[in-house]
Amino acid sequence: MGKERTAVIGVGQTKYASTRGDVSMAGLLREAAQRALDSAHKTWSDVDAVVMGKAPDFFEGVMMPEIYLAEALGCVGKPIMRVHTAGSVGGSTACVAASMVQSRVHSTVLTIAWEKQSESNAMWALSLPQPFTTSVNAGAGGYFSPIMRRYMAMSDAPELIGCLVAFKDRQHALKNPYAHLHQHDLTFEQVVESPMLWDPIRYSETCPSSDGACAMVLTDEAGGDAHDGPVAWVAGAAMRSESNSYGGRNMVSPAASEQCADDVFAQAGIHDRRAEIDAVEMYVPFSWYEPMWLESLGFAEKGKGWQLVESGATTLDGGDLPVNCSGGVLSSNAIGASGMIRFAEAALQVMGEAGEHQVDGARTAFGHAYGGGAQYFAMWIVSKDK
Amino acid sequence: MKDVAIVSFAQRQEAQIPDESEVEMMIPLMEKAKGAVGLSQQDMGFTCSGSSDFLAGQAFSFVMTIDGTGPVPPISESHVEQDGAWALYEAWVKLQCEDIDTAFVYSYGKSSPGSLRDVLATQMDPYYVAPLWPDAYAVEGLAARMLLESGKVSEQRLAEIACRSRLNAATNPHAVRNEKKSVEEILAEPYLADPLRPSDIGAIADGGAAMVLATGDRARSLCERPVWIRGIDHRSDAHTLGARDLTSAMSATIAAEKSGVRADRIDLAELAAPFTTSEAVLTEALGLGDSVDVNPSGGALAANTMMAAGLIRFGEIFERIARGDGDRGVAHAASGPCLQQNLVAVLEGE
Amino acid sequence: MPEEVLQAPLVLEYPFTRTTGPVVGRFLTGLREGVVLGVRRSDGTVMCPPLEYDPADALPLGEMVEVGQSGEVVSWSWGGPRREQQPFDQPVAWALVQLDGADTPMLHAVLVDGPEQMSTGMRVQIEWRDEREGHITDICGFVPENGEAGSQAAAVDLDSVEAVQSVRTPIRLNYSYTPGRALSEYLYAMREKRIIGDRCGDTGQVFVPPRGVSPVAGKATTETVDLPDVGYVESFNITRVPIATRPDLHPPYCSAWIVLDGASVGFMGLVVNCEPESVRLGMRVRAVWKPDDELEISATNILGWEPTGEPDEVIADIERIGRAGTQQTQRGAS
Repeated sequence: MGKERTAVIGVGQTKYASTRGDVSMAGLLREAAQRALDSAHKTWSDVDAVVMGKAPDFFEGVMMPEIYLAEALGCVGKPIMRVHTAGSVGGSTACVAASMVQSRVHSTVLTIAWEKQSESNAMWALSLPQPFTTSVNAGAGGYFSPIMRRYMAMSDAPELIGCLVAFKDRQHALKNPYAHLHQHDLTFEQVVESPMLWDPIRYSETCPSSDGACAMVLTDEAGGDAHDGPVAWVAGAAMRSESNSYGGRNMVSPAASEQCADDVFAQAGIHDRRAEIDAVEMYVPFSWYEPMWLESLGFAEKGKGWQLVESGATTLDGGDLPVNCSGGVLSSNAIGASGMIRFAEAALQVMGEAGEHQVDGARTAFGHAYGGGAQYFAMWIVSKDK
Repeated sequence: MKDVAIVSFAQRQEAQIPDESEVEMMIPLMEKAKGAVGLSQQDMGFTCSGSSDFLAGQAFSFVMTIDGTGPVPPISESHVEQDGAWALYEAWVKLQCEDIDTAFVYSYGKSSPGSLRDVLATQMDPYYVAPLWPDAYAVEGLAARMLLESGKVSEQRLAEIACRSRLNAATNPHAVRNEKKSVEEILAEPYLADPLRPSDIGAIADGGAAMVLATGDRARSLCERPVWIRGIDHRSDAHTLGARDLTSAMSATIAAEKSGVRADRIDLAELAAPFTTSEAVLTEALGLGDSVDVNPSGGALAANTMMAAGLIRFGEIFERIARGDGDRGVAHAASGPCLQQNLVAVLEGE
Repeated sequence: MPEEVLQAPLVLEYPFTRTTGPVVGRFLTGLREGVVLGVRRSDGTVMCPPLEYDPADALPLGEMVEVGQSGEVVSWSWGGPRREQQPFDQPVAWALVQLDGADTPMLHAVLVDGPEQMSTGMRVQIEWRDEREGHITDICGFVPENGEAGSQAAAVDLDSVEAVQSVRTPIRLNYSYTPGRALSEYLYAMREKRIIGDRCGDTGQVFVPPRGVSPVAGKATTETVDLPDVGYVESFNITRVPIATRPDLHPPYCSAWIVLDGASVGFMGLVVNCEPESVRLGMRVRAVWKPDDELEISATNILGWEPTGEPDEVIADIERIGRAGTQQTQRGAS
C-alpha cells in the first residue's frame, strides 16, 4: 500500500507587512487559517489535526507558542504539532502535514506557518549574545553574502544579475495583493543604485522583515476528489539536512539541496525539470540565490543559472520558467512562514488561483525552502493532475 | 498500518551537566543507540529530533546538535520544538508512508543554565499571564488545590506517589532524586508552592535520549525482542486555565482511547508527570487500574528532563518489556501548563 | 592539561512589543479606564479575560460585556519568595478568580501576607494601579474584599477614548552559558595565542573552532591539533551596515571566511590592515593578535586577519578567480 494521495484544497495568507499592528498573534494566525478553511469549504470542526511551523521562539518571546495558540486553532481535543527547522521550517511543516495524510493517520490537516517579527527585532533574535566571542556578521546577509560572492566568481556572472532578480521579484509582487513590498515606482536603476549593505549585496537585493502567516488545508484522495473547487495534488515532498561546516562542503550548491531535489523530482516522475515545471516558488532571501538555486535544483547547468535570469526565462511576463511570481521572499519575509508561502504559492498556481500573478495553464509547480547555514531543505511538487 | 518497533534506546539524566555543550552531551547517546543495533546514520531512513531554544537560551540549538548524527552525506531529517515523544510520533508517521524501515529519534534539554520555573512562564498567554511571571510550580499549585479540594485526591495519596517514585528511583541509575522517604516524612515537608511540597515536584534534570525505530522484520533482525508501538495518539486541551477542568485531562483521555490503552491488560506505565498531582490526574485519565506498575523508573518526578522526559518514558517501557519485565505498557508524554498536551502510546513485546 | 570548562552569565533581554488586536486591546483599554470586560461566548456565558475566539470551538467572539471588580477565589497557590521578574513588591498568592458576572476565572495574584490568609471561595476585589496604561499589571492584584469600591473610575465610554493597540511585555532571563569542553579548550589556547582545532578520527578532517564532534563521522573527535595562525580568504563580503553589538566596528569592513592551513573548514573573521576593496578570494592572511598584556580567554584575542603578501591560494572550484577578483577590485575602486 503506497502513500495516500494528498490534495491541497485550501490556501490562506495574511497581508504581509512590517508590522501587522491590527492583530494579535492569534489574530494573525486565524486570519490565514480562516481563509484557508474558507477556500477549502471547511470549518474548524472538519480539521483532524494542526501542524504548525515557525522559526525561533525568541522572535516573539513566547516559548513553544503552539501551546498558547492551540485553542485559537481549534485544537482542543485535537492533535497539534510544532515543527522548527530554521528558515526552511515553512516548507518542512507542509511536508510533515502532507505525511500525516500520506500515512493515512489523518484525513484532513490544517497546516500553518507564521512569524510576527515586529514583536522583537530579527537582528536581535538571530544573533543572541554569546559569551567569549563576538559577532563579525551583521545578520543573515553577513553570513550569506560571501557565499554569493563565491558563486559570482565560480560562474563569472555579470555583476548586475542580482539586481535583475530583485527588480523582477518586486515587479511580480505588484501583482500579489498579499505581498509586503509594493514598490510601484521602483526602477531597475534604483535597484542598482541602492546602497551596498553586504557588498556584493545591495539593500534592494535583500528581503524585508515581515509579519505574516500562511495556511493550507490538506486532505486525502477522497477529500480531494470530492472537493468542489480547484485542487493541487502533492506529487512529491522531501526534506534533507546536512552539517553546515565540514571539509569539502559545497556552500554554493549544498549536497542536501541537490539530493532533496533529486528525491522530489523522482517522486513526481519528472525527468526534464525545466520543461516539465511550469512555475517555481523558491526561497530567495537574497537576489543571487535565484541563479544559485536554479543550478542546484537542476533547472540550469552549473554555472549557467544566471543566463536564465539574464534571458528573462524566470519572469512571469513571457518566461518559460517563471520564478517567484508572488514576489518571493524578496517581497515578503515572515521568516517562519516564508517556506510555506512558497509551497502555497506553488499550489495556487496549479489550482489556477494565483490571480494576477497566475502563470497561464500551469499544471505542475515547484515549492522550495532552505534554512540554517543553507543546510536544511524542504521541497514539494504539486500538480493539477492526480 | 505498518508495525513499528523500538529497537534500541540510550539516555542520560543528571541534575546538572554543566561542562558539556548540547552536542557533546548527545554524541555518546547517539552513538550508543545506533551502535546497539549495529546501524550507522546512513542506515536511517528518517531522523527527527526535539529540543527548545528557550531552555538554554540559545537560538537554533538544534542546528549545532545535528552534527552529532553525522549528517554527511545529507540525511532526511526534521525537528520539532517539542518533547522528543513528538519527534518519535513524526518518525512513526514517516515510517508509515515512506519506503523506509528505520528511523532515528533523539531529544535533549538542559534546564540548569536557566531557571526552569521562571522560563516556563514564557509559555503562558503572552498578554494576560506571561507578563505576571507566575512560576511553573505556582501554576501547577492552582490545579493541585482544585484536585485536592474536589476530593479526587488527598495529600496522603500525593505523598504515596512521591514515596513510590523515590523508592523506584533507587534502582534507576538515571534518576536524580532517588533517596527514599516515607509518606510521613514527605507529608512533614514544608510546602514549596502551597499545596505542593518539594517531593511533589519533579526533580529538574539535564539530559537527553536517543532511540532507533524499525519496522516489521527489520526490527526483528535488529534486536531480540522489539517493542512494538501498537497505538499512538496525541491531543491538546485548552491553554487558558480558566477554560478547562484542571482536575482531569480530557486530551489524555482521548489519546488513551485512540491509542488503545483500554483495549487490553496493561502491565506497566511510564507517565511524564512533572508533579505528583499530574500523575494522579493521568492515572485516572488513562484508566490505569491498581494492577498497573506506574512509573517503575520513578518517572519524571525522579528526573524531569525537559524536552526528553516523554521520549525517556518510551525508552523506560522499551527496556523493561525488552528484558521481559512485562508485555504491554503505556508510554506518555506531556507539554504545556497543567498537562495541556498529552501523547499516549501502547507498547507491546513480540 | 584540561582546565575547568568555561561558564559565563548570559542575559537574554528584550522589551517585546505586542500588538493586541481588537479583543485583547479592548480589554486592556478597559483596564486603563478602570473597567473589566469579558466576552460573551456562543452559549451565552461570559469569559474573562476575553479571547477573540472560543476556546471550545475556535469560533470568533467579539461581544464585550462589563463584569464586576470583585469575585471569588476558585483556586489558589502560594508562590513562595518573589521571583525576580514578577511585577509585585512582595511574595504573592496566585489565584484563579471568577469575577462577578463572569463564568470563567482569571489568573492573577492576590496580595496577602501569607497563605494563611487565603482560602478557596474567599471574596476578593481588584486593587488598581494608580497610573494605568492598558496592561494586565494595571491590576496590581486582588485583595480580600473590604467593601470599599475598588475602582475610582466613573463610567467611561470606551469608544470615546484612545484604544490600546499594543503592549510592552519585556522578557529578561538569566542563564549560565557554557561553550562546552572542546570550545573551552580552544578559548584557553587563545590566551596563549594558539589556535587549536579537533581532528576526526575516521576521516582526518580538522575542524576549527573545535566542537568536539565530527559531523562527517557522527562521532566525538579524538584529537586536538595546533593550527598555524595563517590561512586564506575562502570568500568575503564588505559590510557597509553597522552591527548593533559591535559599535567598535566602523563600516565598511571586510568579513571573510578564513581557512587556516591544515583546517578542513573555514570560520568567520575580519580582514584588517588593508582596504576592504583590495581583499581577494584566495588572499593569504595571518592573524592579528591583541597585545600580549591584553590577552584574555576569548576568541576576541584575534582582532582580525591581515594580508601576508604571499601569492594567492588557488581555489580549485573557481576557474576564473583572477578575473572575478579583478572585477571586484575595479568596481570597488571606481
